[in-house]
Amino acid sequence: MEISVTVNGTVHSSEIEPRVLLADYLRRILGLTGTHIGCDTTSCGVCTVLLDGKPIKSCTVFAVQADGRSITTVEGLKQDGALTAVQRGFKQEHGLQCGFCTPAMMLVGTALLETNADPSEDEIRWAISGNLCRCTGYMNIVKAIQWAAKERKTEVTIPEQTVSVVETAEVNA
Amino acid sequence: MYPAGFDYTAPSTVDETLAILAQRGEDAKVLAGGQSLIPLMKLRFAQPPMIVDINRLPGLDFIDASNGYLRVGALVRHNDVVASDVVRRTNHTVAHAAPWVSDPLVRNLGTVCGSLAHADPQGDWASVMLACNGEVVASKSSGERVIPMAEFITGVFTTQLEPDELVTEVRVPKYDGPSGGTYLKLERKVGDYATVGVAIHLTLGSDRRIAQAGIGLTAVGSTNIKAVDAEQSLVGAEPTAEAFAEAGRRAALAADPRDDVRGSADYKRHVVDVFVQRGLATATELATASAA
Repeated sequence: MEISVTVNGTVHSSEIEPRVLLADYLRRILGLTGTHIGCDTTSCGVCTVLLDGKPIKSCTVFAVQADGRSITTVEGLKQDGALTAVQRGFKQEHGLQCGFCTPAMMLVGTALLETNADPSEDEIRWAISGNLCRCTGYMNIVKAIQWAAKERKTEVTIPEQTVSVVETAEVNA
Repeated sequence: MYPAGFDYTAPSTVDETLAILAQRGEDAKVLAGGQSLIPLMKLRFAQPPMIVDINRLPGLDFIDASNGYLRVGALVRHNDVVASDVVRRTNHTVAHAAPWVSDPLVRNLGTVCGSLAHADPQGDWASVMLACNGEVVASKSSGERVIPMAEFITGVFTTQLEPDELVTEVRVPKYDGPSGGTYLKLERKVGDYATVGVAIHLTLGSDRRIAQAGIGLTAVGSTNIKAVDAEQSLVGAEPTAEAFAEAGRRAALAADPRDDVRGSADYKRHVVDVFVQRGLATATELATASAA
């Protein structure tokens, strides 16, 4: 059947079978392989994308359910070639080792900071509790999101034309 | 892993949905949050010929506390309950259980009513509804009926729902008198099934004795269990450690757990005993505070 989904700000129309999972729609049909598939059983969270701004597991949603809705994948985070504060945080704080869980972790971190600009360590750990990382022990992932929160606070105090203002507009679009 | 093929429809009104369910009968399966159904379809434990996606139905995402009930509509996600001030003000048991359901990502899609209709004995909500004397409202073309939670679940993954019925809401009565409740859950990690879960509700009378008590048990039987014997031992008693110990003992006897990777049956029964006592103490504190 015909669906029309806004992915990272661009509208895509596709003819698909109803049983196509959102993760496969993004990876195989749109070629956006930044969304990973890990356990394929709703446990690991590496397939996380934002559906209308909220993090969900794309291996456990049919693509037809996203018809008319908005998806953000890791490819949609970077704006005009500039990394977001969350992305820079993962680099600064070495928030990854193998990188397999990283797109999901960055999307969860992004969604968290949209609703809670100054999360406590507990709130960050709570937010990422549906996402497995087998390398880092989570320490540096938490630090990366804390770094991003601090960085975003500095950015939004500078009025207009800052990277974070553009990023907010795009994520909410 | 891929589900078998199916026909897909996303009706835009409840009436249209009920007409499709009436026409397709057992062939049709309702998709709400999909966080239990889709994994089952991917494993091909479920192969429904038709999926009726109710996510486009308007007016089913309400959380409402009027007319003597806390009402939760069919499209309310677990995280909507976590975030709800209405729930926090109205029912401690519901409020305390919501953050324990699965993990944050699943809570963004999964629904309370869907979880109840799925009737997994490891599900948290049915225990909450058993403790709180909740009711399920089921609609079909010819009208709606109200099913008490204690009668709704009839077996493992099995409910009283007819194939042409849609759960439109679940509701719990508001209580007459100072009330408290909580939900305790032991899990190995976030998102795992409960090793043991215990839902507690308690209402105090004007004489400060227990007027009403509700205890629901998760993951210690082939369905969620209402610990009726333990509840009855509390009614009319003073809320003391001795009364709670007796209720804990009786609830542990009502549990029917199995040995598995999460623990031995004896261990789980012991956790039920301890959780019931702790939960009753918390519920009493909350009820007393609400009376002050």
